[in-house]
Amino acid sequence: MAQLIIPTPLRKFTDGQGIFTQEAATVKDLLAALAAQHPGLKPHLFEDSGSLRSFIRVYVGDEDIHALEGEDTALQANDEVSIIPAIAGGL
Amino acid sequence: MTAPILDPRLATLDELRWHVGNTPLHPVRHLSPKPGVEIYAKLEWQQFGGSVKARPAFNILRNAVASGALRGRRLLDASSGNTGIAYAIFAASAGIPVTLCIPENASKERKHILKSLGVDLILTSPFESTDGSQDVARELAHSQPDKYHYVDQYSNDANWMAHYNHTGVELWEETHHRITHFVAGLGTTGTFTGTGRRLKEFNEDIQLVALQPETALHGLEGWKHLETARVPKIFDATVPDETRLVTTESSYAMLKRAAKEEGLLISPSSAANLVGAVQLAEELDEGVIVTVLADDATKYSDVIERLLP
Repeated sequence: MAQLIIPTPLRKFTDGQGIFTQEAATVKDLLAALAAQHPGLKPHLFEDSGSLRSFIRVYVGDEDIHALEGEDTALQANDEVSIIPAIAGGL
Repeated sequence: MTAPILDPRLATLDELRWHVGNTPLHPVRHLSPKPGVEIYAKLEWQQFGGSVKARPAFNILRNAVASGALRGRRLLDASSGNTGIAYAIFAASAGIPVTLCIPENASKERKHILKSLGVDLILTSPFESTDGSQDVARELAHSQPDKYHYVDQYSNDANWMAHYNHTGVELWEETHHRITHFVAGLGTTGTFTGTGRRLKEFNEDIQLVALQPETALHGLEGWKHLETARVPKIFDATVPDETRLVTTESSYAMLKRAAKEEGLLISPSSAANLVGAVQLAEELDEGVIVTVLADDATKYSDVIERLLP
């Protein structure tokens, strides 16, 4: 089963859960399953149209999905998927 | 009783103070949707270090040197990049060693610049943002107090005081006391808190509009979504008259407009400040809105290549 690492800012919407494990064929399926289980996450990940917000970076292993097949990137069992937040600090 | 011996590095730092502040106030002529509403933006990248962070970094560093806390110790802080770069430039010139905790996913340019300036970089978890960097810095300072002096920009009053003493005064003078609204995003919250407090002292009718990213994850480097992030100790929730949310998507669109219509090549968070200013202008019939453009596009090649091909 693929494992999704949830960044700290999103754990507020997953009751503190940091890892989500799920059988999923693609990155899109995995993220959809996560959002179905934790609906509060939905606006933080997806646009109203349902597509992943353009600035969110998702990695399968060390590879950015933009360099793979995007949300349609196929997942193997034991793949580790990560959502990387933008940097906060600044102003 | 003998007087404490002044750290000689203080004199070097003081020679650099002219590189801090007094940035141009730029009239944003083409983006304002109403003829009666003027919008101005402080071009904050026109300082040493290339960002608004020259102000707090200089003040924090100077205070640390003046207090003697950096004798035999390294300056330590957590930063998303811009404060770190500002520390590094002033510190390199004054011969002060710097260690920074920075999230691994900070932009490549920032990490490269910091390394070039001789900073000892400690990369922290990309999943925890600067909140995680703060934890690592705190732990280091606790375990090795003889080696590190942790200045903690998120809790250090010298951060917002830099804006109270300078940015707020500059805006008041440069607008000839006409400023009616101040709009700025929240990160460490130092810019908003310090500038806002000072402006309210000049004229309590000035409206202070704070901006935050709309979502927990966002592309506005430097901003904090306070609902899901650690709230900086220096943040004072009584300062803003109003808080508005800005999306990353609208900021990216503004980044493109600012380049083509105003000749301003700016960072995503600077563009987000312009989004806030323009949205506010749409609701007014007259006014003088001022915002700050924290940095330009130089350190955001990955975003710029995508948005402005």
